[in-house]
Amino acid sequence: MAAIPDSAPAARPAAADNYLTHARGLMSWIFTLDHKRIGVMFLALIWVAMALGVLFALILRAELADPGETIVSKNVYNRVFTLHGAVMIFLFIIPSIPSSLGNFVLPIMLGAKDVAFPRLNLASLHLYVFGMLFFLFTLFVGGLDTGWTFYTPYSTETNTWVIPAVLGAFILGFSSIFTGINFIATTHMMRPPGMSWFKMPLFVWSLYATAIIQVLATPVLAITLLLLAVERLVGVGIFDPDKGGDPVLFQHFFWFYSHPAVYIMILPAMGIISEVISVFSRKHIFGFKFIAFSSVAIALIGFLVWGHHMFTSGQSPLASTIFSLLTFFVAIPSGIKVFNWLATMYKGVVHLTTPMCFALLFLILFGIGGLTGLFLGAVAANVHVHDTAFVVAHFHYVMFGSAGIAFIGGIYYWWPKITGRMYNDLVGRICAVVVLIAFNMTYFPLFIMGVRGMPRRYHDYERLLEKNPEFFDLNVIASVGGFLLAGTLLVLAANLLFSLVRGRPAPANPWGAATMEWQCASPPPHDNFASPPPVTDPYDFGNLTYDETTGGYVSAP
Amino acid sequence: MDQILISATAAARLLGGLWLPERASTISPAVDGVFNLVLGVCIVFFSIVVISMILLVVRYRNRPGAKPQESPSHNMRLEIIWSIIPLAVVLFVFWRSFTVFLEMYTVPSNAFEIQVTAKKWSWTFEYPNGHVDENLYVPVNTPVRLIMSSPDVIHSLWIPEFRVKMDIPPGRYTSTWFEATKVGDYMLLCTEYCGELHSDMLATVVVRPEAEFHEWLAKAANFMEEYKDNPAKAGEILYQKRGCAQCHGIDQPKPAGPSFKGIFGKTHELQGGGSVVVDENYIRESILEPQAKVRAGYPANMPTFKGLVTEEEIKAIIAFIKTLK
Repeated sequence: MAAIPDSAPAARPAAADNYLTHARGLMSWIFTLDHKRIGVMFLALIWVAMALGVLFALILRAELADPGETIVSKNVYNRVFTLHGAVMIFLFIIPSIPSSLGNFVLPIMLGAKDVAFPRLNLASLHLYVFGMLFFLFTLFVGGLDTGWTFYTPYSTETNTWVIPAVLGAFILGFSSIFTGINFIATTHMMRPPGMSWFKMPLFVWSLYATAIIQVLATPVLAITLLLLAVERLVGVGIFDPDKGGDPVLFQHFFWFYSHPAVYIMILPAMGIISEVISVFSRKHIFGFKFIAFSSVAIALIGFLVWGHHMFTSGQSPLASTIFSLLTFFVAIPSGIKVFNWLATMYKGVVHLTTPMCFALLFLILFGIGGLTGLFLGAVAANVHVHDTAFVVAHFHYVMFGSAGIAFIGGIYYWWPKITGRMYNDLVGRICAVVVLIAFNMTYFPLFIMGVRGMPRRYHDYERLLEKNPEFFDLNVIASVGGFLLAGTLLVLAANLLFSLVRGRPAPANPWGAATMEWQCASPPPHDNFASPPPVTDPYDFGNLTYDETTGGYVSAP
Repeated sequence: MDQILISATAAARLLGGLWLPERASTISPAVDGVFNLVLGVCIVFFSIVVISMILLVVRYRNRPGAKPQESPSHNMRLEIIWSIIPLAVVLFVFWRSFTVFLEMYTVPSNAFEIQVTAKKWSWTFEYPNGHVDENLYVPVNTPVRLIMSSPDVIHSLWIPEFRVKMDIPPGRYTSTWFEATKVGDYMLLCTEYCGELHSDMLATVVVRPEAEFHEWLAKAANFMEEYKDNPAKAGEILYQKRGCAQCHGIDQPKPAGPSFKGIFGKTHELQGGGSVVVDENYIRESILEPQAKVRAGYPANMPTFKGLVTEEEIKAIIAFIKTLK
């Protein structure tokens, strides 16, 4: 291979050689060790999982649009909300940002050629597919009706397909752990000389904090799910009161993972928001260290608050009090991030591109989702709304309104880098506005219904209408919003896919970002960089100027 | 001025009507106090975030020739301010919630005790004099303690107007208490997902003046005595009160269990082969050991009633089923 002199022209020396064209054939994808290809395959599979989850959600919303039994029976409804939850959590939102965007971007942000353990990375993808097959199997043989939380003793007694679903989640957990191990090792070992921890992009910080949770919390889920499977198969009795076991113990085990899992979902999203707001405000991120350390603080405190899912479970009032207090502490680092993001826009130049619109949308929806968490952290208020539609609304604002929206923003942000194509920005911005309306139509009524007496996981609310006639209108609004929201997601996906065919070629740095992934070509070459680029401040945009000829930004000499 | 006041009150009432349900227990004003405090905190912080976001976006939007202005990217004083103020606010919220929580969990010593059994998919309430009912009758202005258990899966008892909720896992007792302040009928719901008929697992809370309640209770307790010469009538009351009606229809078939109509004397196919004649012994066995012989085509999900019904009551139920031709 001939060395390319530094003075080589900026135009792509070999336009054909990028990671997409580097090798050909199906096998070159399925068994690739390239983090970029693995990231792209994760992205495609996660889209499939999301589409499946959305489809289930639409069945639920259609059923609830009218009181009484309308399109599905009670038993089918119970299976559909279980699969909606399980698919959205285990197949979509937990892997979403780290496995797809994280895999693609993290090594390039560090100027590296790949992650620390490329084979482990490939294993992570294969395990994801394997886990997905277990879920599809469960779906085709008839599903399960436990709710995604698999609470015992319901899950040990139901005659639906609990074991394949639980094994699917078990396998997906290993996929998640492998990604976490890779990111921790990559971040520690593969930073280029000169990139200290405080010159590392905030997206890397957030993925690092996420990886800590993935590695420490997921094994607990694995053990819990395995115990559940063993309990069903041979009846060891650990969760069975007749044999001296305790069904509430399952809840402790389950939430010991599943609460930190909420931060697996939201921390990478916060990382994306830190990148996007800074780049599109053309301003250095405000309070870098506070944003970085608040990710770590959230990751650590997040391990100590699981009991707030169990305020009505019969756990001791002392435990509830302590969990309540710790839950309030976790609100502070999230607040710090929001204030720092706002301060970043101060005196900047705000470019309302699609990724930025989604970042602003994140601020609004995370504002509602995060603040309504205060109701749930306060034990006295929690008791009334526990296990109601209020909780459903709250976590949809956090998981979909925040993590999901940031994921969409992140895809739109890195799409030109991943595919080498520019999409239609106007369509993306209009969609962001429609999502704002449709999202609040879908989920805000659930807050009101929960407070007024609508439990969650309800197939039918006909008998509640006598006392709460407004439930009818509220459910109709939510259902209309849900379909509108799903339609908008479809347009957002179509807009991206259309760009593959008709989009204009993307320049190396269309947004004028200063992190390293924008210094290699779009799409990046197989090895990312011939030699690692010099380490600079990832949020200093001072010497980047817009170049009319390429439609992107270049470093001013 | 009056007009403004009137419309402001109307607006507040309308908003209140959209939000928390009626307050009908001693604890509900305190709980609502915490609720509204948090709501206030949410509205203030949300407004700060969204209004400043809009102002910043509008003020610094991309205009031709706009350039970012110099400003520091770090300010320790600001960071401390926006850490400490929210911390103080949430600690205050925690403290208010904590004091109300203590009140919620401190049962008055003179509470009237009612045993609650939650099972798939009905509620039964057992009073100190032995009466068992499918609805919760309570005297007004009297603390009532519910001691709850479940023979099958986890359920959770919620009475929105009283702001009480407590899970009922199998294998242990949990308890909660309330003191109703208003005579009336309220809805009692299950909020822990428990299977097919989860959304039908409802009961009514009937709050009555004390004297009226005790009169009802004394009368209700001896219906077996009252209908001694009419066991079929006693059986019909049991059919309603013990929750048989949730799964076993008479005129309308239900998916969870076979209808009682005209089954006596019939021969039924069993799950896993074989058949059985529906006679006195089969009905008795199905009540006490429901999984022993499950009719084909129905789920094996009925909980046992062993220890929950007396032999007299079983006889009455058999008599009732015999009348359903």
